[in-house]
Amino acid sequence: MKKLILAAALSAASSMTANAADYKIDTDGAHAFVQFKISHLGYSWLYGRFNTFDGQFSYDAAKLAESEINLVIDTASVDSNHAERDKHLRSGDFLNVSKHPKATFNSTKVVAKEGDKFDLYGNLTLNGVTKEVVINAEKLGEGSDPWGGYRAGFAGTTSFELKDFGINYDLGPASSTVYLDLTVEGIRL
Amino acid sequence: MLTNSSSQYGIISVSLHWLVALSIYSLFALGYWMVDLTYYSSWYRTAPYWHKSVGILLFGVVVFRLLWRCYTTTPSPVASHSVIEKRLAKLTHNLLYLLMLLIMLSGYLISTADGRPISVFGWFNVPGFGEIFPQQADRAGLVHKYLAYFIIALSLLHALAALKHHFIDKDFTLKRMFGRSAR
Repeated sequence: MKKLILAAALSAASSMTANAADYKIDTDGAHAFVQFKISHLGYSWLYGRFNTFDGQFSYDAAKLAESEINLVIDTASVDSNHAERDKHLRSGDFLNVSKHPKATFNSTKVVAKEGDKFDLYGNLTLNGVTKEVVINAEKLGEGSDPWGGYRAGFAGTTSFELKDFGINYDLGPASSTVYLDLTVEGIRL
Repeated sequence: MLTNSSSQYGIISVSLHWLVALSIYSLFALGYWMVDLTYYSSWYRTAPYWHKSVGILLFGVVVFRLLWRCYTTTPSPVASHSVIEKRLAKLTHNLLYLLMLLIMLSGYLISTADGRPISVFGWFNVPGFGEIFPQQADRAGLVHKYLAYFIIALSLLHALAALKHHFIDKDFTLKRMFGRSAR
């Protein structure tokens, strides 16, 4: 059993370091954003974000398919700029944060598209439900930063039905889909 | 008689007692009902607005009631009450006052956790001071909810005690709360 764990740890470590460069998402400097929007009554957009999350990714432009990303979001950090609404969003009607304090995204597959665009497949766990989602992603840029580091940044969007993740509070017919908007900037380790 | 004497409650104390009692039961019922309203209910916005407005006004009434209590005579306990009854009654009354204040404070802290003011029927705004401690809206919400259940339970006990005095001991404890004197 110990050997197995050791072997797993080693292979995990080697796969992390093997080819693509590893990046830590720059949450310390807040150059990463997990935002969402949902229609309000079908008349306008409501925007919100998660303030606390962490993650890392590995990326190599030449070997895009080997890239991967793991993200852990603290669901209690939901912020829609209205304390009473955020309290409701954290309740059992929506995110149920006392039962499911973390949401995660773990990529499974990267499919290159034209230019710097790619499809990022992965498992999104939200409200205790895990479903595959596809993020339409794009590399925005990479290079040296002015402070001696090396950074790469990406943006991506995806959408899903609230009810697919067991969130059944009725916000009206126009408000069943939530759109996620992610921007991550990583600092190469 | 407007003011209290050593044996009788005046109209002001009696009115304050029943006004506060009625308001608390109304606020509890409204609060209990409104938290489960669906988004498309026509009451979804109105019910909390009224709950908060009445709550703020009630705070003013309770502050006045406490000041009134401090600066006027409080009738002595009914002589036929036992020592333990007097002690329990005193404890219950003080606890009811404390709970009222804590419930109103926690309610205020929910709605003002982002610095938004509370509008009282659109007549005036009570300013908010934003988040004073982490997860303020959620924590204050829990306190608000459980203390509300507690005050309802305690006030029912208070009412049961009054009924016991009225129907079993056949003393004038309850009659006195309607302004009546001993005879």
